[in-house]
Amino acid sequence: MVNLAVEIGPLKLKNPVMTASGTFGYGEEYAEFVDLNRLGAIVVKGLSLTPREGNPTPRIVETPAGMLNAIGLQNIGVRAFIKEKLPFLRQFDTPVIANFFGDTIDEYVQAAEELSAADGVRALEMNISCPNKQAGWIVFGTDPKTMDQVVGAVRNVTKLPLIVKLSPNVTDIGCMAKVAEDSGADAVSVMNTITGMVIDIRRRKPVLANATGGLSGPAIRPIAVRMVWEVYKAVKIPIIGMGGIMTAHDAIEFMIAGARAVAVGTANFIMPTATTDICDGIEAFLKEERISDINDLIGSLTTSKK
Amino acid sequence: MSRSFSATILHNDYQSSLFKRLVVKPSSTVILPKPGQFYMLQTGDSFDPLLKRPFSIFSYEENTLHFLYRIRGKGTHSLSKLKEGTDIQLIGPLGNSYPAPEGDFIAVAGGIGIASLFPLLQKFEKRAHLCYGARNKAELVMVDEARKAAKELFIATDDGSAGGKGFVTEYLKHCLDSFPGAPVYACGPTPMLHIVAKKVRDRGIPCYVSLEEHMACGIGACLGCVVKTTAGQKRVCKEGPVFAAEEIIW
Repeated sequence: MVNLAVEIGPLKLKNPVMTASGTFGYGEEYAEFVDLNRLGAIVVKGLSLTPREGNPTPRIVETPAGMLNAIGLQNIGVRAFIKEKLPFLRQFDTPVIANFFGDTIDEYVQAAEELSAADGVRALEMNISCPNKQAGWIVFGTDPKTMDQVVGAVRNVTKLPLIVKLSPNVTDIGCMAKVAEDSGADAVSVMNTITGMVIDIRRRKPVLANATGGLSGPAIRPIAVRMVWEVYKAVKIPIIGMGGIMTAHDAIEFMIAGARAVAVGTANFIMPTATTDICDGIEAFLKEERISDINDLIGSLTTSKK
Repeated sequence: MSRSFSATILHNDYQSSLFKRLVVKPSSTVILPKPGQFYMLQTGDSFDPLLKRPFSIFSYEENTLHFLYRIRGKGTHSLSKLKEGTDIQLIGPLGNSYPAPEGDFIAVAGGIGIASLFPLLQKFEKRAHLCYGARNKAELVMVDEARKAAKELFIATDDGSAGGKGFVTEYLKHCLDSFPGAPVYACGPTPMLHIVAKKVRDRGIPCYVSLEEHMACGIGACLGCVVKTTAGQKRVCKEGPVFAAEEIIW
């Protein structure tokens, strides 16, 4: 028997494999493919206080070993989620982590309050990669001062484990992780998508209606692994590693770099059973390596470079 | 029976220089597809192309699934190179299907849109007045098979290299006048579907269009394939791909 259980601050997971927000719907979309009881946690599609329409199409374009998306955070809103989606998710023995966002600090705070009061939400994941309308479209996740304000404000209104999902579109992600930690985050997710663009050369126009989108998939994985490693050196709080994880091998790389748990994203689109396949693969690896506790793997990287 | 399964390629043959027909045998019992439904197909053995691609079911015979595709982009180029005996992953059948017509019906196919309508033509044999259009003769495929399955066939090409010269929707007008009350089923490029919807709009007859949109997952999660409808945004992969034409905000 190997121990696969990990702890993200006060949140106990039976295994380290979670879903990445926006790639697993509200869970029900995958219920016919995956035994949801077998997941470490389900992170649902990003929620805002009120429903969002999202961007016009095309919203998706494939890139070499990756994809760009500009869905535009389409979602049914916090209240509809609690009323219509959460009862289904409560049936499973798997913690539900609500990913949420806002355009203003007040919207973040109010969404956090309502989600915290809902029966069945076990942790919150803050998406801080959206523009701050109050501060003139500075992105919350790229400016340390605004990030400190918004994380601090949410920390004050929730007792749930608070995860901050970091943007990779910054100069020093270790510094941003430290800001999140100092502002009261219990954990950080590393990383969100990388902003990218694809151009239709005949029409001289961007392929995506939104012009730019977030790059995900195996193309970004080495960047994500590097960022997990940098954050691991910068903070003491647990890290959830994500970015192009397709196989157990990829997930294990993240854990060796310092991730306490991993989230599978784009792989769900390609192989609906990716999450449980990866979990099985991690267990098989531990047995092969004669490691009895997965926690012994976390941050086990040895390098001559500090 | 899982809708996520693997299958072995039995044939992947050229129908013409532009079109291929893929025949796969699932390794397990699968759910039977209905006309208008689609599958997500793995098109290569690497991460490039990364995403599965949606293909309408062309026919289902003796435990084999048939897909007709035009070699156009990265995914179909990659798919066209797969050899017999190769195992690929599929998800399906996905989406809704064409509602069954009660009597004779009108079908409008643009280009490879014929693939989606073909199971309907076959299931309701000799009941379709089929208007089939393409840019030119080379862009037409399965014409003999379509003629056999349909009650009558009108062909139109932009350059007149086969059938009548002009848009396929010109034949639609003729069919609408000749067969009042017959429901319309259409699959093809969005501009064509829009013209079909406009021509049928004031006649008070059912008109079903099968839409295409970029999608990553095919199962309702990625929200890449939404379309605006009179009842809000809907997902082409889940609430579609078949929609009542009057429901679409074009």
